Amino acid sequence: MDKFEKIQGIAAPMPLVNIDTDMIIPKIHLKSIKRTGFGKNLFDEMRFNRDGTEIPDFVLNKPQYRDADILVAGDNFGCGSSREHAPWAIADFGIKCVVSTSFADIFFNNCFKNGILPIVLPQEQVDLLMADAEKGANARMTVDLEAQEITTSDGDVIKFDVDTFKKHCLLEGLDDIGLTMEKVSAIDTFEDKAAQDRPWV
Amino acid sequence: MSPKTLYDKIWDAHVAHEAEDGTTLLYIDRHLVHEVTSAQAFEGLRMTGRTVRAPDKTIAVPDHNVPTTPDRVDGIENEEGRIQVAALDANAKEFGIHYYPMNDIRQGIVHIVGPEQGWTLPGMTVVCGDSHTATHGAFGALAHGIGTSEVEHVLATQTLIQKKSKNMKVEITGKLQPGVTAKDITLAVIGETGTAGGTGYVIEYCGQAIRDLSMEGRMTVCNMAIEGGARAGLIAPDETTFKYVNGRAHAPKGAQWEAAMDWWKTLFTDEGAEFDLVVTLKGEDIQPVVTWGTSPEDVLPITASVPFPEDFTGGKVDAVKRSLAYMGLESGTKLTDIEIDTVFIGSCTNGRIEDLRAVADVVKGKKIKDGMRAMIVPGSGLVRAQAEEEGLGDIFMEAGFEWRLAGCSMCLAMNPDQLSENERCASTSNRNFEGRQGYKGRTHLVSPAMAAAAALTGKLTDIRELV
Repeated sequence: MDKFEKIQGIAAPMPLVNIDTDMIIPKIHLKSIKRTGFGKNLFDEMRFNRDGTEIPDFVLNKPQYRDADILVAGDNFGCGSSREHAPWAIADFGIKCVVSTSFADIFFNNCFKNGILPIVLPQEQVDLLMADAEKGANARMTVDLEAQEITTSDGDVIKFDVDTFKKHCLLEGLDDIGLTMEKVSAIDTFEDKAAQDRPWV
Repeated sequence: MSPKTLYDKIWDAHVAHEAEDGTTLLYIDRHLVHEVTSAQAFEGLRMTGRTVRAPDKTIAVPDHNVPTTPDRVDGIENEEGRIQVAALDANAKEFGIHYYPMNDIRQGIVHIVGPEQGWTLPGMTVVCGDSHTATHGAFGALAHGIGTSEVEHVLATQTLIQKKSKNMKVEITGKLQPGVTAKDITLAVIGETGTAGGTGYVIEYCGQAIRDLSMEGRMTVCNMAIEGGARAGLIAPDETTFKYVNGRAHAPKGAQWEAAMDWWKTLFTDEGAEFDLVVTLKGEDIQPVVTWGTSPEDVLPITASVPFPEDFTGGKVDAVKRSLAYMGLESGTKLTDIEIDTVFIGSCTNGRIEDLRAVADVVKGKKIKDGMRAMIVPGSGLVRAQAEEEGLGDIFMEAGFEWRLAGCSMCLAMNPDQLSENERCASTSNRNFEGRQGYKGRTHLVSPAMAAAAALTGKLTDIRELV
C-alpha cells in the first residue's frame, strides 16, 4: 500500500444521508475477481444513465468536482454491504479522504486497508466543510494526517481524531498481514491453549 | 471478578494478543467464505506465497451468483458469474477448505448453511466477507462481516485486528401479538434506533419476546443487527439453542458435547454487568411493520400512511424526498393501498423452514393475485428438501408461486432474479436500498407472512385481517 501523503485538493459535497455501498458501487460490478478498475463504476446509478451518458446534476460530473480528492458526506456513509469494492472504487476514482458525522463499521475498516482516510467530525464541523466544498474547485482543502488537521480554503483549522495504530499503518503504507505475522508465536500459543480448553472448536 | 456481558466473555476468550492501545488480535473460530468477496483474497495469498492457516475452520459455499432455476445443473449462463463460482471451486480445492459446491444438496446461503451443518456454535467467533454474518449471533456467537482484505487476513492468520466495541442491550419485554414475527421485531428496533443507532456497538438482544423465539426467529433478529449499524448482534444460548445444535453434522458429540455444554451454560450476561446503551421495546406494542422508503430505518406499522418529508429533521428531510420520488409514493397514502407487482420470499433473513411454514399457513388452498410474480427461494437445498417433505412445495406451486432452488437470489439480485424498472416488490429480504433488487426496482421489506398476504391480495396487507 502507498504511504498516505498530505492532501491539498478539491472536496466534493454529498450531503445526502445514509449513502450505502449499493449506491457507491452497484452489485452488477461485483462480478469481477480483480481489485482494480472500479473507479469508472463509482456511484454508477447516480452518475450515469443506463445508456452510459452522464447525469449532469451529479456532483462528480460537475466540471469543478471531476477531479475531487476528498468527499464530504452526510451521516452514516458506507452503510450496508461489506463489499470492499466500495473503497476500491473510491480509491480508484482518486478520492483519498471521506469526511462525515459517522461511517458504517465495516466500510470504515475497509477504507484503512485501501489507503483511504475516513474522518468523523461533529455535525457543525461537517457543515462547515460542506459549505467550503460547495464553493467549488477554487476552494482547495488540506488534510494533514500527521498533524490530524483539516484546513479549509479560508484557513480555518479543524482537528480530528484517528486511531493511533490505523494512523501509523496509513502513514507508513503498512501491510496488516505482514504485521500480524510478526506475532505468529502469540497466535500459536493461543491456538494450543484453545485446543485444550475448547477441543470441539 | 467484575460482572461481564456476554460480549465481554466471548471477546475475552478469543484474545490472542493485545497491544497497549487496545488493538487486539482476535482469534477466529469459523471463517465462512462465498464467491463474491473471496477471489481477490485467495489471489492475495498466492501472490505473497501465503497459505490458509486453518483450512479445517474455513467453510466455503457459492450463494450470491448462483441461478435458482432448475437448469443450473447445466452450469451458470452468465459468464462473469460462472467465472466467479469456478474461482471458488478452484480455491476451495487448492487450499483444502470445506466446500459445498453449487449442486450439492447442502449448498445454500452461507448464513443458513453454517448453522444448519453445525459449524456455528455458541461462544465462537465467526466471520465472513458478508455483512449479514451477524445472523450467527443468534447462537451466542460473536459474528460479523468483514471486507476482502480482512478475509485475506483471516485466511492467512486466523485472526482479525480489532478494537473492542461498546455494549448495547436491546430488550423486548413481554409477548408478541398474533401476526407479529421476528422480522417485525428487528425492523421495529431499527425504526426506533435508526440505521446508525448501533454504530460502534455489539447488541445483545434479550427479554421474554426474544426468549420465546425459535432459533430461526432469533437468526432473523440478529441478521439485521447490521442494518441497525451494529458490528454484531447476540442472543445468549439456552435450551432452544442447545436443542437446535445437538446432532448436527459438525456439532460436538459425546464427551466433547458435555464439555462444550459446561462452557456454553456460562455464556450469559452477569447480573450487574453494565451496558453503554439500553433500548427497551414492549413486545405487546410491536405491530406488523413494512418499510416505505429506501433505508431500513424507514419503518412504519402496516396501519400507517406514507409520511411527509416535513415529519423529519436535518439531512433526513432531503433523503425522504429522494426516497419517495424513487419509490413513486405520495405522502399520506395508506400503506395498505400500495399495490405490489412482485413478491420475493427467501434470503438469509427469512429463507429458513419456519419462514416457509409461515407462508404456507397463509397461502394454503388459495391463489396468488392474477398477474402477480411471486417466488419462493429456500435458503438451502436441505430447507427445500424439508419443505417438500412437509408438502409445502406443493402448496406453494398450487397457489401460483415459483418454487426455486437455494441461493441469495433477489435479495441482492446478482443472479438473474431481478426487479425491472419501477417494479414494486414485497420482499422478506433485508435491504430496501435504491437499486438493491434491480435497477430502479422498489422494495418494501416485510415478514414472510406479510409477503404471503401481499401475494394473495396484490397490495401491502395487514396479515391480521387475513387470518
